Order: sequence, then C-alpha cells, then structure tokens
Amino acid sequence: MNRTYELMFIVRPDMTDEDLDKLIAILGSTVTPAGGSVKSVEKMGKRRLAYTVRKFHDGVYILMTVEGGGAVIHELERRLRVTEPVIKFLTVRIDEEQKRLDKIKALRDARKKVSAQPAAAAEAPAAPAAETPATA
Amino acid sequence: MAYEIRTPAAERPAGDAPREGQRSGGDGPRGDRPGGDRPRFGGRSGPGGPPREGGRKFFRRKKVCKFCVEKIENINYKDYRLLGQFVAESGKIVPRRLTGVCSPHQHRLSAAIKRARNIALLPFAGRAS
Repeated sequence: MNRTYELMFIVRPDMTDEDLDKLIAILGSTVTPAGGSVKSVEKMGKRRLAYTVRKFHDGVYILMTVEGGGAVIHELERRLRVTEPVIKFLTVRIDEEQKRLDKIKALRDARKKVSAQPAAAAEAPAAPAAETPATA
Repeated sequence: MAYEIRTPAAERPAGDAPREGQRSGGDGPRGDRPGGDRPRFGGRSGPGGPPREGGRKFFRRKKVCKFCVEKIENINYKDYRLLGQFVAESGKIVPRRLTGVCSPHQHRLSAAIKRARNIALLPFAGRAS
C-alpha cells in the first residue's frame, strides 16, 4: 500500500521561520508512526494569494511529498485542519501520474533511439530492440 | 445549399407573414417558424459564415495544441504560469475552440486549473490580486 502523495499547504505570512520548521517537524513526526515516510519538504516561499483566505492576502507555500497509505494522509490532514497557522491545504496523489509520465518518457526515449539508430549504425538494431521492451 | 434554396422562398412569405399566419392557424406557427426564423438565422450566420468561407480571403493560421507541439505531458497544478495562459481575465478556463488545445490535454489542463484554484494559485473569479 505504498502511494505517493503531495501535500501543499499555506501558512499565514506572519509566521516566523523557527515556528515553521517546528510545524514541519511535528507534521513529519506524525508520518513515521503511521507507517509512512516523508520524502521531501520544500518551502516555496511567500506568495500573493489569488484570493483572500481567512483575511490573508499572502501566504507561505510549503510542499511536502509523503509516501504511505491513506491512514498517513488522514492523520496529516487532520493535523493540518486543527493547526491554526495553516490556512489552506491540498493533497494530491501523484504516483499514478508519475507512472504515466515515466511511461511516456520511456516511450519517447525508445522512439528516439530507434530514429537515431538507422543514421548511426546498421548492426546495432539488435541492442535497442532488446532494450526497448525492458524500458517499456 | 438547402438553406439557400429555402431562403428566397421563405423570405417572400415572411413579407406577408401576418396574412399567412392568420390563414392557417395550426400550420402557421410550424410553417412560419422554420421558414421565418431559419432564414434569419441563416442570414445572421451569413456574417458568421464568411469567416469559414473567408479562409481564402483572410488567412487564418490553424490552431495547434500547445501541449502537443511543445511535448508538455506534465500539466501540473503548481505550474500556475503555464495554467495562467489558459485562464481568461475573468478567471474562466478558456474553451478549447479558442485555444486549440486538444481534448486529452484540455481535460488534464482543466483538472490542473481547478486544483490550482483550490490552493489559491489561480483565482476562482476575477484577476489574481
């Protein structure tokens, strides 16, 4: 049950950096007991919101990538909901989309190899032909 | 072609439409409306039509899907700059017929825009402040 999720949340702009780090640490600590793992945390910085949220015009965006089952996300979302400085959050499952993108990429690479092959050498086709099914 | 044949024939009765409408009560509305409305519509779409025919006069470049041309497969909600190109000033998603985006990409695009709206990267309505 290993899925990859992306959590994007916005915290209020007047939050200090230490508080933010603390908040991220707390969120991260709830992931491991639930059987998941935090893959990356990215602070995307302060940004103007497209519309007012809880009377705020700006917000600090944070992106977290988490691996684990639904229980992990359930707990994380609950935490985010009760954490007062968090003004908005969005969870997106990304593993299937990633799989689709990888597939397309592999397909394109295979095609590139095939198209590059006739120009390069004639004896090589055996190698990419063996490689293509492996990548696809 | 069928419209063109009908048009002159229907326009003449349209001139004495009141008389015709009173003459045959049951048949009037039915006979009148397709006869009376359609030529008008056809007449209106006449100005709309020329762009189609006017393809010869005014060269219009064929719209192509940006995502197909630039091979962008990853339509992500975080990429608000890219998504912003497909959002009207009012905040609406611009229809495919105007942007030329192909159906599978428009599908992903609209999903991404809606996600971006939810996380306040794009506005629901109006311009992003």
